[in-house]
Order: sequence, then C-alpha cells, then structure tokens
Amino acid sequence: MPTPSRYWREIPQRYRFEANKCKNCGIVFFPPRLICPECKKREFEETKLAEKGKILTYTIIRVPPRQFVDQAPYAVGIVELDDGVKLTAQIVDCDFEDLKIGLKVKLEFRKIFDEGEAGILCYGYKFVPE
Amino acid sequence: MRDVAVIGVGMTKWGELWEKSFRDIFVESALLALDDAGVDRIDSMYVGSMSSGLFVGQEHIASLLADYLGQAPIPSTRVETACASGGLALRLGFMEVASGMSDVVLVGGIEKMTDVSGDEATYALGSAADQEYEGYHGITFPGLYALIARAHMEKYGTTREQLALVAVKNHKNGAKNPLAQFPFEITVDSVLNSVMIADPLRLLDCSPITDGAAAAVIVPVEVAKKMKKPVIKILGTGHATDTIALSSRKDITWLESTYQAAKQAYDMADKKPEDINFIEVHDCFTIAEICVLEALGIVEKGKGGEAYEDELTFLEGKIPVNTSGGLKAKGHPVGATGVAQVIEIVKQLRGEAGKRQIKDPRIGMAQNMGGSGGSSVVHIFERE
Ligand SMILES: [Zn+2]
Repeated sequence: MPTPSRYWREIPQRYRFEANKCKNCGIVFFPPRLICPECKKREFEETKLAEKGKILTYTIIRVPPRQFVDQAPYAVGIVELDDGVKLTAQIVDCDFEDLKIGLKVKLEFRKIFDEGEAGILCYGYKFVPE
Repeated sequence: MRDVAVIGVGMTKWGELWEKSFRDIFVESALLALDDAGVDRIDSMYVGSMSSGLFVGQEHIASLLADYLGQAPIPSTRVETACASGGLALRLGFMEVASGMSDVVLVGGIEKMTDVSGDEATYALGSAADQEYEGYHGITFPGLYALIARAHMEKYGTTREQLALVAVKNHKNGAKNPLAQFPFEITVDSVLNSVMIADPLRLLDCSPITDGAAAAVIVPVEVAKKMKKPVIKILGTGHATDTIALSSRKDITWLESTYQAAKQAYDMADKKPEDINFIEVHDCFTIAEICVLEALGIVEKGKGGEAYEDELTFLEGKIPVNTSGGLKAKGHPVGATGVAQVIEIVKQLRGEAGKRQIKDPRIGMAQNMGGSGGSSVVHIFERE
C-alpha cells in the first residue's frame, strides 16, 4: 500500500523506534515532533522508545482491512511503554484468552503485512508478552 | 454578532441509493430545505463531505453542487473534519450569517458511500485515523471504538448489555422515522448474537454504510421572524480538536474534544446540561453514545452505561437521545450526519416529528464527532 518514498521515510520509527524528548518538560514523543504540545518549546533531544510496557486496552480484529486478510483474526492493543509513550500495534505470540489489561509486553521488530501481488514486505513493531 | 435561526430543513430517505447520483442526492435534499424555508435563492453555501474523493472520485464538489442547485455563481465552500464535516458546515454558515456577511446561507452535508466496494469504503473511513501509526498496524474504525469500549468496561464496569441497549433504543426510535435506513426494532439478544467485528463490538453495535444528504437554511433571527415558520434559534456553537491517534490521549475513555466543544456551546448559550431537553449525538458505535453523554455532562464520568439501565435516554425518558434513530438506525452517510442531526432537532422543536415527537421540547442539542474523537462540533438550539 505505501509508496516506496512513504515507506522509506518511516523507517527510523518503524525499524529503529526513534523518538524525541522535550528538553523542557521531558515528555517523549513518538513519532518525533517539531513543537511540544505541552510547553510549546521547540528544543528536543533524540531518544529511542522504551521497549517494555503494559496493555491499556485491546481488541481482536475479525473484519480486517484488505492487506491484513490473511492474518485475521488478530489482536491489536494500545500499550503504555515505560517511558510514557502510548502506541497502537498488534499483540502477537499470545492466545487471545491470555490477553488482559495490565499484561506486560515488549516491543519487537516484525513483518506487518505483505504488499499484495508484488510481494513487498512491510515491517514495523508488534508487541509480544514479556 | 447577529442572532441566527434555522428556517428550512430538507432530507430524503437514506439507504443504499444505487439509482441516484452523488449530485442528485444532494440537490434533492437541498431543494426540500429551500422549499421548507420558502426561498429560491441563497447568498452562500457550505457543504460537509468527508471523502468524496475516495468514495466517488470527485473533488471540487462545492462548485459542482452549487451549480446543480442552480445557485452558481454564489460562493460555495466544502468543509471537512471527517464524520463531523456536516456539523462544521453549520458552524461556518452560522459564523457567516452572524457576522453580517450573508443573510441566507444553505448548509448541507453529503456522502455517497455505496459506489465503492466494502473494502474501499473501509479504507476511505480509515483515512480519518492516523494512517501511519494506527492504520498501518491493521486497526479499523470498529477496532478503535472497541479499544475505547474495552477500556471503559474495565475502568467503570460498563456492561456488554448496556452497550446493546444503546442500539436497541436507537432502533426503537428509528422505527418511527420514515427516512431512516433501518426503520425497525432490534432486541438485546439480536445485538449480542450478531457477528463479532472487533471484540467486544458486534455488527449491531456499528452504524452502517449509507448514501444520503441533508440540508438546512439559516438566516438572521430578525429575518426569520418575518417568515411563517417557527423560529429555531442557534443559541450556541462549539468546535474543538484532539489527537486523531487514540493512543496519544491522556484518557482513552474520555472524549476531550466533545467536552471542550460542549463547554463553548453551553457558555455561549448560557445554558447548563440540565437545561437541555433532548439531544442528537454521534453514535457511530454504541460505546460512542455512552462516552458522549459523559463528555456533554449529561451523566457523570463513568456513569454513561448505567443511564441505559433506567431508560433515561429513551423516547419517554428524562432526556431523550437520538430520537431520529441516531447513526445506528437512521444511517451514517458520514458528511451528512451532522446536518441530519440539526434536522431532527428542528423537527422536534417545531412539533413535526410524527410518531417519535417528544412532548413540547424547547431546547435541543446536537453533537457531531470526527474519527475516534479527533474533532467534535456541538450546537444548542431553542424554539423562540
Ligand atoms: Zn515540553
């Protein structure tokens, strides 16, 4: 689905989990931002996401978008990482019955979906139980 | 600022309108609104549409629709803030009349969603979420609201049955609305046994794919008083934003944009939640209606589910919600929804709501929302 330039542009976040941190209030932003919505300052330092966190909420997608048809049903959750960043991503390597709010998970680099007939693979992060 | 009133409303039956084109669907409703107002020309128009580009491959629709409404060369503006586009069209029209720039403005909304496949419609709707950080990971709109539902159930003890009652109530009202896409009743059992879409939300928790349009004519109150129709005054308007990525919010169960938009509207109208007689809200999914009632201050935070146990929001309840059938039963042609809410408010305030008429309402409120709550528009109306 994404064009090559659009896919390539997101690689620092999807492959390397690059984030930034407001030098004034210390909030970590993912993806990185140019202005802090809290203090409006524009000074940031580069950082990387904390790779551990806990599930805040989750669902099981049974009617998926086209490029995820071969994966359904699959779990998607919002996870709060130890640095305060909250992310939406799939939760894998876990039976649906074992999913629960508060479950400790870690971030892993995985394949997200296949790009249709061209066979291009799109990568990014998913959560797995710790 | 001048006071502004709604003097004409128009809407044709919603549904899967395969025989009708995008432009005809809009013009039919707009002509009904002009007839209802008793005018044949307007100074300006605003049209809400979320994604005519993805749904019918047509941009530049404000001019197209002004032309087919026979009103070119008047200025015509398209407005987009996802599913709240219609509500925002009203707000911008209101501002134009209130400012004195124009006297007669048509505000409308349209979406023609069935010219594309289900997959393509899902993609178009998904574009209201953060494409890079939500859509990329396989989340859908039912999925986003399912995330809200699960969190609300965990935090406040909201039950699966309470969610089902939202849909049951809206279908009960929709059964009395001849323009609704699904004018029939459903039961709690049928909701709980419908196919699972994104746990815990099932098919009958979700609003449908719909073709439809709606339009209203607004004028200064001074002009409205000289006309034959009852004067329905716009007392307050509010509009606010939030992160479009659900995960970035401080509290996943709280609709801050609705809270902020409502606060503006209440302040402008000099009204409180307890002054409101009935409400049209954005029930794109059952959980949304519960969260909206909390953000509007109609019930306490976390108590939205309980309001359905004692039928507070039912047609005969203390504060009827979605007397039109809501998005669930009436249908949800996304860009038109916010304007259709206004139509229901006006019909109720005029006493023209037929079998679903509530007793002598004076003040109504409409809440329209984009995406998973990244934008909200709230209006308060009063019968003079
Ligand atoms: Zn800051």
